[in-house]
Amino acid sequence: MLTFILRRLGESFLVLLVMSLLVFTGVYAIGNPVDLLIAPEATAQDIAQVTRALGLDKPLWEQYFYFLKQVLNGDLGRSFMFNTPAIELLLSRMPATLELALAAMFIATVLGIPLGLLAGLKADSWIGKTIMTISILGFSLPTFWVGLVLIMFFAVEIGWLPSSGRGPTSSLLGMPVSFLSWEGLRHLFLPALNLALFKLALIIRLTRAGTQEALLQDYVKYARAKGLRARRIIGVHVLKNIMIPIVTVIGLEFGSVIAFAIVTESIFAWPGMGKLLIDSINNLDRPVIVAYLCVIVVFFVVINLLVDLAYAFLDPRVRLGATAR
Amino acid sequence: MRLRRLTSLFLFSILTAAFSPAQAAELKVGVGADITSMDPHYVNLFPNNGVAEHIYNKLVTLDPDSRLIPDLAESWKAVDPTTWEFKLRRSVKFHDGSDFTAADVIFTYDRVGKIPNSPGPFTVYTKAIISSEVVDDHTIRFKTATPYPLLPNDLSTIYIVSKKVAGNATTEDFNAGKVNIGTGPFKFVEFKRGDRVELARNDAYWGKKPAWEKVTLRILPNDPTRLAALLSGDVDAIENIPTPDFAKIKANQNLQTSTKTSHRIIFFHLDQQRDQTPFVTDKDGKPLEKNPFKDLKVRQAISKAIDREAIKTRVMEGLSLPTGNLVPAPMFGHVPSLTPEKYDLDGAKKLLAEAGYPNGFNLTLHAPNNRYVNDDQIAQTVAQMLTRAGITTKIVTMPMGVYLGHASKLEYSMTLLGWGASTGESSSALRPLLATFTPDKGLGGFNWGRYSNPAMDGVLAKAMATIDDKEREALLQEAAILSMKDIGLLPLHHQINTWATKKGVVYTPRTDEYTLAQEFQPK
Repeated sequence: MLTFILRRLGESFLVLLVMSLLVFTGVYAIGNPVDLLIAPEATAQDIAQVTRALGLDKPLWEQYFYFLKQVLNGDLGRSFMFNTPAIELLLSRMPATLELALAAMFIATVLGIPLGLLAGLKADSWIGKTIMTISILGFSLPTFWVGLVLIMFFAVEIGWLPSSGRGPTSSLLGMPVSFLSWEGLRHLFLPALNLALFKLALIIRLTRAGTQEALLQDYVKYARAKGLRARRIIGVHVLKNIMIPIVTVIGLEFGSVIAFAIVTESIFAWPGMGKLLIDSINNLDRPVIVAYLCVIVVFFVVINLLVDLAYAFLDPRVRLGATAR
Repeated sequence: MRLRRLTSLFLFSILTAAFSPAQAAELKVGVGADITSMDPHYVNLFPNNGVAEHIYNKLVTLDPDSRLIPDLAESWKAVDPTTWEFKLRRSVKFHDGSDFTAADVIFTYDRVGKIPNSPGPFTVYTKAIISSEVVDDHTIRFKTATPYPLLPNDLSTIYIVSKKVAGNATTEDFNAGKVNIGTGPFKFVEFKRGDRVELARNDAYWGKKPAWEKVTLRILPNDPTRLAALLSGDVDAIENIPTPDFAKIKANQNLQTSTKTSHRIIFFHLDQQRDQTPFVTDKDGKPLEKNPFKDLKVRQAISKAIDREAIKTRVMEGLSLPTGNLVPAPMFGHVPSLTPEKYDLDGAKKLLAEAGYPNGFNLTLHAPNNRYVNDDQIAQTVAQMLTRAGITTKIVTMPMGVYLGHASKLEYSMTLLGWGASTGESSSALRPLLATFTPDKGLGGFNWGRYSNPAMDGVLAKAMATIDDKEREALLQEAAILSMKDIGLLPLHHQINTWATKKGVVYTPRTDEYTLAQEFQPK
């Protein structure tokens, strides 16, 4: 178990290193943020002086090694745009993104599993077919368009919900969260729903497929023959067995929900990390871009680890340390 | 059932009416770009300055037409060619109740030079000052090395902070809201990154008191989102109405719009220095012997081939002012006789033939696609127009961050750029865009066409050493006429700034594009 975790951490270090090198080179190739930000009246000396002060005059490898050295000291660099440590900037935006992502996954799971189960059990009835049709829409409609339609309908046309932004926040274990107040929930609902739709469709389809497959298994037939109640068959024998792929997908998708919340955050002016990333790319704010991607990589690694651990919990046949290569 | 729903709706509306704060005193504005810092001196960035405009004053400021007017300085004059004297306004108080004096000005200009890590420092606007002298608490003198007429314009960009409060303040202190004390019409309340800035009225303001007790600037960079926020009543006003929606907003009974010609000009640079230019070929794709843009006739032909009126009506939905000038009227240096070039396809073809290109040539036009209003559509349209005249034109567009690096290394042949004369006079376009490229003097930094006319350089240099406003304006006009006659750059149009407000709120629109809560009035 411990070796498994350690190996995972080692691998993720490599990923971080390669990723940061790629981003560094990429942003370096695009250009110098000073050109973009300095006043037009600046002389060549002014520009050179500012470039030097930011350390951007040095060759790429030197900048990169300086960056690595600073990382070892726990410093991912300062944002050019904000003049704030990049990691601090990200951490200040992260609660908003996490809240949105968790709310979206909550909606997707809480609605998706029962609906998928229903669709699987009653595959040929009208209800099963309706659920599947809706899930196709969830898959195929682009997020930004659905977001705009949601805003147009709920905020502009009928005016029940605010069109954008995050509501008032209150502190929960030191994190500013908005779901504890009614106003905050009203602001959270539309973006969370928007972000959830795709995942909802995914979970519905996955659950349905798993259910249909499980229903044909011998142990289900046997349980039926034994005369168990339908509730027990579905709740214990079917659901528990189809949970492994679903948990995997929920875990993996949670990472992508965080990473791809960008679109929803832009449409709903949600002050999360994704919006910060877009602005930083436009302004060539390299420290923030690198720090953002590092954080996302760490997220994926941690989530994958948790998913693997959850396997072992759900399926006693999986023994992490023993099955290692 | 229906009755019950109606009743609950009724009750709901009574409740919301009872609990919502007084409407007249609060203003929520949707702004179109992210705000990165509360330190007014950290980086010279338009959205950040837009917030500072509420909290702080400057010695000199710009009126809605971008002409210089007094702010914290009541008057200013050049006592000799290299000395400027500013008389400061008396009995002005900072938000904390302390008096504003010359010491705060000296402190502020000093602080500007001491901000670490700024990629876009304000020092560009203070460096002309070689020494300053406090004559008394309300009189201050600045020495410049050479006669420098633009000092008042330059100082119109520097926000005065309190020496007492911001004495050792860092950018972090400003971002945390600890030291944000100014003399402006609003007091700083809160900054929520990526979300909003909250302000409260300064009841002791020395100038005209704003109508709003509380102001929220919501950061809504996404166009449809900003518009939806206005339509749903979440905000009372927005800036930058997306052009495709302008007609609809204008027709909406519950909203009103205000517009003003921007100081921003959209234009093309044509590579007119090199003998061979990378993105021009003959019709078979082979390099041309010489660079056609060096020929004035070709530049004139291109200007005539562009139908600026069509771009205005079709691409910009009426939101542009075709121009032959560098700055709009009535800004300092505007030349009334420079009218936009008339669309003349036959004339263009004739000029091309005279220049030796009866069949035209091939060209790739480069443009940004996320910086100016409809920049990529403008490039597409112009490409079509040039193709019609015989210059088969392709376009390549890219985000500004990528574009700027390549274009400033002169990798392209014809480039689209926008320019705002942010200090309120035409030399702020002439110097970087048209003066001969001399980086040591800060001239021609954005002269991507490398246009060079010694006569124009001479007139411009003379203007830059002329303190008298009338004489200087005449010289600047002469410089503009000289360079426009040569088509040193190819002007297209001025953008038109737009604002939309809900009914009952009016905005005094501004040339400098700022959205200022103090300029909104209840009607």
